[in-house]
Amino acid sequence: MSEIKKVATRAGFGTALVELGAKRDDFVVLDADLAAATQTGMFKKAFPERFYDCGIAEQNMMGIAAGIAATGKKVICSSFAMFAAGRAYEQVRNSVGYPHLNVIIGATHAGISVGEDGATHQCCEDIALMRTIPGMTIINPADETEAKLAVEAALEVDGPVYMRFGRLAVPVIFGDDYKFEIGKGVELKDGTDVTIIATGLMVDEAMQAYELLKQEGISARIINMHTIKPLDKEIVFKAAKETGAIVTAEEHSVIGGLGSAVSEVLAEEYPVPVVKLGVYDVFGHSGPAPKLLDEFGLRAVNIVEKAKKAIAMKK
Amino acid sequence: MDSAVKKELQVTACKVRMGIIEGVHAAKSGHPGGSLSCADILTYLYFKHMNVDSQNPKKEDRDRFVLSKGHAAPALYSVLAHRGYFDTELLNTLRQPESILQGHPDMKHIPGVDMSSGSLGQGISAAVGMALSAKHFGDTYNVYSVLGDGEIEEGQVWEAAMFAANKGLSNLTVFVDLNNLQIDGTIDEVNSAKPVDKKFEAFNWHTIVIDGHDFEQIEAALKEAAAIDKPVAIIANTVKGKGVSYMENAVGWHGSAPNDELYEQAMAELKNALAELQ
Repeated sequence: MSEIKKVATRAGFGTALVELGAKRDDFVVLDADLAAATQTGMFKKAFPERFYDCGIAEQNMMGIAAGIAATGKKVICSSFAMFAAGRAYEQVRNSVGYPHLNVIIGATHAGISVGEDGATHQCCEDIALMRTIPGMTIINPADETEAKLAVEAALEVDGPVYMRFGRLAVPVIFGDDYKFEIGKGVELKDGTDVTIIATGLMVDEAMQAYELLKQEGISARIINMHTIKPLDKEIVFKAAKETGAIVTAEEHSVIGGLGSAVSEVLAEEYPVPVVKLGVYDVFGHSGPAPKLLDEFGLRAVNIVEKAKKAIAMKK
Repeated sequence: MDSAVKKELQVTACKVRMGIIEGVHAAKSGHPGGSLSCADILTYLYFKHMNVDSQNPKKEDRDRFVLSKGHAAPALYSVLAHRGYFDTELLNTLRQPESILQGHPDMKHIPGVDMSSGSLGQGISAAVGMALSAKHFGDTYNVYSVLGDGEIEEGQVWEAAMFAANKGLSNLTVFVDLNNLQIDGTIDEVNSAKPVDKKFEAFNWHTIVIDGHDFEQIEAALKEAAAIDKPVAIIANTVKGKGVSYMENAVGWHGSAPNDELYEQAMAELKNALAELQ
């Protein structure tokens, strides 16, 4: 296992900005005094004249991004998920979302895996907040490869895009041949007994859970739901019909995130058991990220438990 | 300023005020007080100053305007209608479900509106973003915005002010409509941001204090602003409800519409003022 390359999705974000910046000069990048952490610093170093630091003022940064977009130009702005989606929520809603402007938000340090900084910075509510804004696209990449593809794709979206990246280095699970399309979930493993729909760093855990379940004779379908909104309903309905039970896995609150999105569409169209894995309505705390993922039950073994529960609930 | 030009502006502003009253009366809601206080500033900008084309509202090199105090939408709509962006008849549909004229400015549907606004403190950031965009991409247009004196209690305004000066956005000019009233009372009673000019100066802006109902002073201030290598804040002393006697300096007319009787009175006053001018 030690040979597996691990890269944080935020690093994929930074790398993508530099690669795209070399190909095109039609966008600017904004940050709010976190460039070194969000990795927009890579872009700042490569293209200092196309980078603007807004200082510690995320609300203003969102408004500036909206203003740039209102002049028909492209803009990517970045901060931690807590501040981009949390502190600046109303600016994102009213200045960006309501006029449906082409602002791309690169939110890093999402979820419990922020680690040592603790609860004030461990944002497990950002997907929920962003989902409530009409017309918002939400992408939560699983690895570096997907993060890079997401940034490139986001530049072509008509309307606002919220991209969610992590601080923790996570396995690179997709190769150069990986196909990414916003709004299209990816079936990584076929299966018949249960479907595990995962997003972000939980996709790798879901792949591990696939092997664990297989050892117990359980056939699990694994879906990478990189786009939370618009949700790929077709792949969800197909999984519900063909496997009859669903587990969702996300490093986010079970209130309002992927699990909620999947539950909402299934409840209205094709009700089957949905068991959610996520953060159960609690704040995080300080500690090394891997330990926190263990403690908060965001691991393959936890997915296995949830999968068995979902299967048992089948009629 | 040529006296004929001045009179023409005064006539236009009077018609703009009538449009405000008609719209708010028809809607039975809206914000007449703060619309009337900034009517002269908006009239000057759209009829005399900004590079805009009502027949080509989205022309790329146009000057941009952001009504940061978005609740003064009736003033903006009335100015746009009289400037030819859409039919003045439309003003009577303000806030109605079938109308494009939303309670607060909506850039997606209203010709001539460059930025949606209404949540206070946010418009100025968008204006700053537009000014930054122009500088970055080598465009020569200027950006204008109008803030309320209550609005500047929002912290975001000062985030934007700090950034604009730091980035040297000399293509940005902001008016503060200093009418001294906000919903809960006088701004001195509620949470005064005075001295407003000193605050903007402390944020490294150039400031100019004027009478916001005097077209000559508005013109002189904009001329001065154009030559300054900094963002400029024009602190415009105004009268809330200006032009309608019972609304002037009356806090209750911040966000309520006149009934039929008071509507008739307001329109009669404005018609008299118009007749006197003509």
